[in-house]
Amino acid sequence: MLIVVLMAAVTYIPRMLPLVFLRDIRMPPYLRACLQFIPYAVLGALIFPGALYSTGNISTAIAGIMGSAILAFLRLNLVIVVVGGILCAYLFGLL
Amino acid sequence: MYGRLLSMNESSNVNKSAEEQEARFTPAEANTAQTFAQGLKAGLPIAIGYLPIAIAFGLLARSAGVSLYVAVLMSLLVFAGASQFIAVNLLALGTQAWEIILTTLVINLRHFLMTASLSQRLAPELSKKWRSLLAFGITDETFTVASLQTPSILTAPFVLGLNLIAYSSWVLGTGAGVLLAGGLPAAIQASMGIALYAMFIGLLVPSLRNGLPVIVVVSAAVALQGLMNWVPVLSFLATGWKLVISASLAAMLGAAFYPEGVES
Repeated sequence: MLIVVLMAAVTYIPRMLPLVFLRDIRMPPYLRACLQFIPYAVLGALIFPGALYSTGNISTAIAGIMGSAILAFLRLNLVIVVVGGILCAYLFGLL
Repeated sequence: MYGRLLSMNESSNVNKSAEEQEARFTPAEANTAQTFAQGLKAGLPIAIGYLPIAIAFGLLARSAGVSLYVAVLMSLLVFAGASQFIAVNLLALGTQAWEIILTTLVINLRHFLMTASLSQRLAPELSKKWRSLLAFGITDETFTVASLQTPSILTAPFVLGLNLIAYSSWVLGTGAGVLLAGGLPAAIQASMGIALYAMFIGLLVPSLRNGLPVIVVVSAAVALQGLMNWVPVLSFLATGWKLVISASLAAMLGAAFYPEGVES
């Protein structure tokens, strides 16, 4: 119980501090550019190599990655990309 | 002041300006509801992706001997997938409490980078109260979806809608997982592990068209993560540190080459 509350605190603090206190700070251009690039850097680092191990089987994972990448390249809705990725991984596993 | 002076000259203007003001307020309110709905809609893929993971978390919590109450409370209060899985594992192993809390902190330090980036995107007039409320709902997924929205200023109702649908799915899924205990066939459950990655890919691929700077930063992040995971000395680092180091180095590299940022 106490563990859960303390976990909540150490999770909330890094989420809250920058959002609340960086608003009024004027950033130098370099830092501003850095922060602009963060979402893309985070996306790259989240996807690779985590996606490869996401289904417990590298080949079905690759099928899911390829499937969702193709759907995303076609600029389909994100829900379709997600469902399509799951289906590709599942169907490839049946082969 | 100026308006009052004018209306003193022409009393009929009072009604008119009141009407105008009302007319200005109603669309604004409609707009709030609309952007909230847009937020919910943008969060739908996250909700779909969270559900199976939350169910899996519930199942794991139950098999680790954690009660329904504690598992759901953890999802309600912590709302951070990776650290909850690890915490339940550590609890089952009988790990010391301080060690679990320290691990949680290290894993979730990455949110520091994300909220620092988001702090520049939220509407500047947004109060600290609102900001501290919205901060609670920032995860890898809500952050990436919010960041890749095209209007560069993010409004409170939008982010609230986005966070809320993701949060609801996470909490409900946890409860369902504990109660179900078993449920989905293993093959389906395994394939659903790809859901959030599919969403990240769905966000990343179209954004690569933003130009060379984005492509350079993404490639750098991928390469650095590869190093972090497969170079023996580095691979001992905790997962949380790996992501923080790779992402911030890649962003710094991008800013060094492209000081104008994403638009350069």
